[in-house]
Amino acid sequence: MPSPTLWSRILGRLLTSLVVAWASVTAAFLALHVLPGRIEDILAGDVDTPGLREAIAAEWGLDRSLPEQYWAFVSRIVGGDLGTSYVLRQPVREIVGSQLWPTVQLALTAGVLAVVLAVVVALLTAGRGRLSRTVASALELVLASTPVFWTGILLLMLFSFTLRWFPVSGGNGWQALVLPSIALALPTAGLLAQVLREAIEKTLDQPFVTTVRARGVAELTIRARHVLRHALLPTVTLGGWLIGGLLGGAVITEKVFGRPGLGSVTLGAVLTHDVPVVLAVVLLAAFVHVAASTLLDILYLLIDPRLRAA
Amino acid sequence: MRADVQDDAGGRPLLVDVQGLSIGFAPAGAPIVQGIDLAIQAGECVALVGESGSGKSLTARSLLNLAGDGARVEARRFRIRGQDARAFREVDWRWLRGTVTGLVMQDALVSLDPLRTIGQEVGEVLSEHRILRGRRAIDARVIEVLGRVGIPDPEIRARQYAHQLSGGLRQRALIASAIAGEPDLIIADEPTTSLDVTVQAQVLEVLAQRVRAGAGLLLISHDLAVVGGIADRVIVLRDGRVVDSGTTADVLTRPRHPYTRGLIDAIPSFASRGRRLGPASARSPDRIAPLRHPPPARDDTVVLEVRGIAKRYARPAGFGRRALATTALDDVSFDVRAGEVVGIVGESGSGKSTCARIVLGLLSPDSGTVRLLGEPWSRIRETERRRLRPRLQYIPQDALSSFDPRYRVSEIIAENLAGLRPAARAARTAELLEQVGLRDDLAGRYPRSLSGGQRQRVSIARALAAEPALIVCDEPVSALDIGIQAQVLDLLCDLRARLGTALLFISHDLGVIQHLADRVLVFHHGRLVEHGPVGEVLTTPADPYTRTLLASQPRLEYGLPRHAH
Amino acid sequence: MNASTHPSGEATAALAPADLVGLDAARIGVAPGRRTYPPGIAAAALFLAVLLAVAAAPTLFTGYDPLTGNVLEGLKAPNWEHLFGTDRLGRDVFARTVHGARYSLLIGLGGMAISVVAGVFLGILAGLRHRLLDEGIARVFDVLSSFPGVLLAMLVVTFLGQGMVNIAIAVGIAGIPKFGRVVRAQTQLVRDADYVTQAAVYGLGRGQVFVRHVLPNVLVAISVIATVYVGSTILTVSGLSFLGLGPQPPTPEWGVMLAESRDVLRVAWWPAIFPGAAITLTVIAFSTLGGYLQKRFEGRLA
Repeated sequence: MPSPTLWSRILGRLLTSLVVAWASVTAAFLALHVLPGRIEDILAGDVDTPGLREAIAAEWGLDRSLPEQYWAFVSRIVGGDLGTSYVLRQPVREIVGSQLWPTVQLALTAGVLAVVLAVVVALLTAGRGRLSRTVASALELVLASTPVFWTGILLLMLFSFTLRWFPVSGGNGWQALVLPSIALALPTAGLLAQVLREAIEKTLDQPFVTTVRARGVAELTIRARHVLRHALLPTVTLGGWLIGGLLGGAVITEKVFGRPGLGSVTLGAVLTHDVPVVLAVVLLAAFVHVAASTLLDILYLLIDPRLRAA
Repeated sequence: MRADVQDDAGGRPLLVDVQGLSIGFAPAGAPIVQGIDLAIQAGECVALVGESGSGKSLTARSLLNLAGDGARVEARRFRIRGQDARAFREVDWRWLRGTVTGLVMQDALVSLDPLRTIGQEVGEVLSEHRILRGRRAIDARVIEVLGRVGIPDPEIRARQYAHQLSGGLRQRALIASAIAGEPDLIIADEPTTSLDVTVQAQVLEVLAQRVRAGAGLLLISHDLAVVGGIADRVIVLRDGRVVDSGTTADVLTRPRHPYTRGLIDAIPSFASRGRRLGPASARSPDRIAPLRHPPPARDDTVVLEVRGIAKRYARPAGFGRRALATTALDDVSFDVRAGEVVGIVGESGSGKSTCARIVLGLLSPDSGTVRLLGEPWSRIRETERRRLRPRLQYIPQDALSSFDPRYRVSEIIAENLAGLRPAARAARTAELLEQVGLRDDLAGRYPRSLSGGQRQRVSIARALAAEPALIVCDEPVSALDIGIQAQVLDLLCDLRARLGTALLFISHDLGVIQHLADRVLVFHHGRLVEHGPVGEVLTTPADPYTRTLLASQPRLEYGLPRHAH
Repeated sequence: MNASTHPSGEATAALAPADLVGLDAARIGVAPGRRTYPPGIAAAALFLAVLLAVAAAPTLFTGYDPLTGNVLEGLKAPNWEHLFGTDRLGRDVFARTVHGARYSLLIGLGGMAISVVAGVFLGILAGLRHRLLDEGIARVFDVLSSFPGVLLAMLVVTFLGQGMVNIAIAVGIAGIPKFGRVVRAQTQLVRDADYVTQAAVYGLGRGQVFVRHVLPNVLVAISVIATVYVGSTILTVSGLSFLGLGPQPPTPEWGVMLAESRDVLRVAWWPAIFPGAAITLTVIAFSTLGGYLQKRFEGRLA
């Protein structure tokens, strides 16, 4: 049963996350105002139609005082209004909404794949014979050091152009999801497996493992029942990094495979200086990141009773 | 299974019968343990005693086939409860563990899975070996076993985690987890080493109860005194070989081997006052003046004056937490005079370390004052303190962590020789190294490449470099093996006799204080419960706590009467 | 350590309380001063040395111009004349890969320098000073790291425009929290270390303690950590160039080269293989070396 201290820690963690989310919105607002040049010009991007600057100034209330503008900015974002893209002449919310799913699909599939791969490899190779460990750690190093786009290109070369098993590009059907997910998952899996295996080996050296062995518990049971939980702790702290890496990697992967999605939209927006879109995507990614790492931290609290102590 | 148990002549079942045991690691390397004979009967306690690296743990673990990856275990005879263990496969060993042999290790905080409750840990052996089925039956047995090792409120404790229990309760829970499967043999590897003396006495009694109930006990310890109170027979190991073995009384009173003699002589106590603990042979570079005892006549200058100091640690109220204040130190007053050794004894949490930090000026007291050499020391600014800093030095328990990892031995000592020219500094460093019995070619080494005893000598040399009037020693020998502890204590006695430096010596080990100190302060729950000359306080204590402390002190003589009948 | 009779007269070296561990350390103990490097480390160091030479003087390694080529000679498979083949415009892929080393290292190390300088400053400040400042800086790191690195860099490029300097800045900003946090933790570790307490007992002033003990030990740790991170910075930089946010074609940057190779992938594998391998090998070399330094450094503290 969760103790009062546990609840207060969870609540505290949630509050911190809210503060961070609010601060990232504030940072975005400040960035707009600190940058040289008029805000109208920054927001308009590469478009220059007569009357646009005045329209932007009216929409963003640029004639009002700074605190008023700030308040309006924060309340709009809280209300889910992400502004308008003057380049695409469409509300940002619609643009993001229509492209969100393919990216989420890609990141989720890759994330699950990476975690499963890493756990299996780490559990099977940690603390085993020298050879399997050397091979596994060399493989992990190579995977973690290979850029996503190169893995993608190699996969394309092999499976799409040579073997013709999967489509070269596009976003339709599960076939189009296979190669991008693998490309995105491999580097993450490599790094995750490295961390996990090191943690498992560290745990296997703990005195309590000897105690458990002295109770006659089988080696595999020891790993599953005792060691894995300990090894997950350092991995959970990597969770935030993992989410960020998957979101960022998704942008690159989409470009390699010509997949539609948030990445292509963002990339296009960056090149046309479509600030409202880029800002919205970045803030959205930050919110996802904050929410995910908050959940993971709470999970951490649940796994480790020592953190619940007063 | 009991039918095939071989009986010895006395009719008591022989649990372990090992002859010519040798254990090695590298395929071609020399064995680390060699030619060990070991026999343990039911209802008997056999102690395996030796210093670090003697191979005692390895020997004990080999009885569980847990000597480690790649260990080669060979023996002329290796029978466990009558069966030839050399023919065991891994499944046989696994069955044996927990049901025939139970293991109790040193520190329950890390020897119990910190992420699982006490109940889960104690019950694991029952479900794993299908001794009991059903959660209710297992829970009932867990609570019964926890009760058996003397844990109050076992129903509540079973739901808690190791970190929520005190050191003593935790260690009892670890014992409970080892005996839950009713093993015939308990292997206890330094089971009380990290515990306070009073708790140590209680935990040893729990183990002794199991022996009286008919279990065999293999007790591994570095401390002859601990073993003396409980063991029937003692085996002394050194560098992987047996140097002495026999009944406890024989080994402790008539040791056959000089090494055992040395171990016994190295134990500090009242009886050892005024004599060397370590061998005075050519082995130690004994260029130090012969030991003079009692120390040189002291003048009555008060070096340190502590008046009514108190310290409370407050935790501010946080999110859903109440503010909490603990009293670490409460109204403590004492003096240290020139050339005097004042001992502070107390268990963990007694406030002795807080007191040391206040005396060192690293922590400021909430109330009360400290004066050093007659001048104000507490509650002044650090810059005002700096002038007097060299007069007060510090020898910590863990010497290595007190050295900047980038510094060599010479640089460590030289840093405390402010204001000397390089040539004079080098000369003085060499002189100090000689004073603490270190060869001067160690000056260029990094401390991490030195042995524990050498590091502590460097730490002493560093303190002496400042020519202090008082050195605060915080458990300086607690992490050392008994033989090296003896040498370091001898060195401190010598230096004190020669230099007349006063020592404020903190130790949890009453024997060390009895050996070394002139006066003693007894701390308990942050209060100074008793103080006075060592000869009085630690023989005829007035305070009930001091009496308990004294009664819990393991002494060599303890074991002897038991074997008289 | 020597387990038998020690010159100082100790029968046994005092070892870790765990007998089993102690034994190993005593028997296998390495003599001080003699060092052997594992073959992987030597290979990584050699690779990085060659890479540095290549980046410093690429013309020593290739006679071809990385920017111009004969279109008629386009997309030739690797041969003796063109070791890595030629690209669509007939440019020598080997020459472009060799010249690319300079860009990758320069942008990677430049971005790194920004992260390190800002991270060290903020990290030490947070690690040394009172709770309020520490708390504030920790939140700044939280906010910065809540933006995924690539996306934060994209935002910076949107504001500042494409180009080498700008992605170096972008990557540098994204790396600040990563570094700052490690520096902060390291500073706190050193600040609370026993040898710092001991220095106070000598009577050293706060400034002296900081200069003599705290700063050097923090900096040693940082240099080790930096080596590990150079690899991941280069990885991010190449990703941004691949997206077209960094140096623009025809710059022979590895990420740019890979982006160009994507278009001819159906007919030619060589323009994609060599720059990709160059990035991967560079990152592996830095990680290997960094990991080794880190292990040695931790071993030193233990």
